[in-house]
Amino acid sequence: MIEPFLLRALAAGIGLAIIAAPLGAILVWNRMAYFGETVAQASLVGVALGLLLNIDVTISVVITTLAVAALLIVLGRQKLVPLDAILGLTHHGTLALGVIATALIAGPSVDLMGYLFGDVFAVTTSDLWLIYGGGAVVLAVMAWLWQPLLRVAVHEELASAEGVPSRRVRAAFIVVLALTIAIAMKIVGVLLAIAFLIVPIVAARPFAATPEGLVVTAAAVGASSVALGLTLSSNADAPGGPSIVLCMALIAGLSLAISSRR
Amino acid sequence: MTGATPADAAHDHAHHDHDHDCACGHDHGPAKAFDTAALISARGLTLLRGDRLILDHVDVDIHPGEIVTLIGPNGSGKTSLVRALLGVQDLNGGEISRVENLKIGYVPQRFDIDRALPMTVARFLALGHKAPRATLSAVLAEVGAERCIDQQLSELSGGELQRVLLARALIANPELLVLDEPVRGVDYTGEADLYALIGNLRAKRGIGVLLVSHDLHVVMAQSDRVLCLNRHICCSGVPETVAQHPEYMRLFGPETARNFGVYRHHHDHAHGLDGRELPGSHGPSSHNHDHGEPL
Repeated sequence: MIEPFLLRALAAGIGLAIIAAPLGAILVWNRMAYFGETVAQASLVGVALGLLLNIDVTISVVITTLAVAALLIVLGRQKLVPLDAILGLTHHGTLALGVIATALIAGPSVDLMGYLFGDVFAVTTSDLWLIYGGGAVVLAVMAWLWQPLLRVAVHEELASAEGVPSRRVRAAFIVVLALTIAIAMKIVGVLLAIAFLIVPIVAARPFAATPEGLVVTAAAVGASSVALGLTLSSNADAPGGPSIVLCMALIAGLSLAISSRR
Repeated sequence: MTGATPADAAHDHAHHDHDHDCACGHDHGPAKAFDTAALISARGLTLLRGDRLILDHVDVDIHPGEIVTLIGPNGSGKTSLVRALLGVQDLNGGEISRVENLKIGYVPQRFDIDRALPMTVARFLALGHKAPRATLSAVLAEVGAERCIDQQLSELSGGELQRVLLARALIANPELLVLDEPVRGVDYTGEADLYALIGNLRAKRGIGVLLVSHDLHVVMAQSDRVLCLNRHICCSGVPETVAQHPEYMRLFGPETARNFGVYRHHHDHAHGLDGRELPGSHGPSSHNHDHGEPL
């Protein structure tokens, strides 16, 4: 007999793995992994803002994530330092701000580790509604935008010349990404949220011949990692989110090792 | 020119330079009317980046079945001009007139697809165009790349990729083909073959072609006109005229001008394909003309 809390954790993790796969693919193809990492970690500021204003943390995280994405786009236009340096600056600056703000606002008793690494075993039924309801919205928008997103990933200028509204497509993608990060934060925290998007794509890449094949394989890798990670976690009493991400990383490493030997 | 827009102000400034710097002697008087026989007709295209003038009142016309080669040194505004003609570049001044529903096939200068994106040539060709496989293989056959149809894009050689990009540009049956430095990353024999292929496409499909070239001393023989760009159009004409134009020599140096040659793909492939001057095979002596001959 599986404990209900374990079933909820499993349902939440598998749901997230499925939502994350198409977004992770677009991030990797556009070489935006570090961009995703930066906006995800900045979402801790959103947590602090939610606590301060006493509003739902999901809403404040979505708003903060979008604000940071906009800030990155503006900062990326300056020509003095390269974009990865700007990302590094924003990533660490907002993380530091988030940790300080959360501690000051919520006091020393705040469960900072919970926000940073998530608490997959504390997922409630209403969290599951958020994951599956929000996830359905995310997947619907991704399905609708898939062709233009793919064309922009293949060659942005060619897509624009052929009439794809590249900027609007990218903007819509960033909104969906912000929503996904807010959902993922519940399960694996701000530090590991993007791992759910990126790592399964890396693991699945050697075994995919089409873009959609890659997304489906990545979702399967993610879901299996959730099952493996939760098993590891409940047997070894290890933290849930990090156990899942560790399983993903091991599968990805194994996958790359196998493919380089072929 | 008393207009109050920033573009006009910049133009006046540039015009000042023009008088003592440019030997071309053409005037930048009031904008001429659009060429109604052209597929695309641009007048007075002006683009500023910061306070730097990238394009200065550039006029371009491309007619059906015509091959126009655009040459110019690095930073001369070639790519900006191409982007403007494609309609993806915001401009500070000027107007572009296109024939109704003009379909443009575009081959970009760089194409470095991320290896993490798995995609076959067939899928790439069909992106955004729902075409049956028979159509895809027919277009690939037209560019001589039919055997690539099930290969991954990341596995193609430079020459194969160029042909696949050309096929992609042709799939929607464009009236105008725009190729931004199509021979980059292709070896010299491949370059000659590619030029021959473009000439064939023009003859078979009757399409207009705009070819951007960084290769200053070798211009495709079938070019009907060469436009020499350095922020403004410095000179234009048939390849040999441009090569002897004082403005061309000033821009690219007498050495390059002497080495100017045209591809004659029908015969003597060997001459000058390595890009070096082969005495007696290039320059004035090669002017007993076979350029522009029908295919």
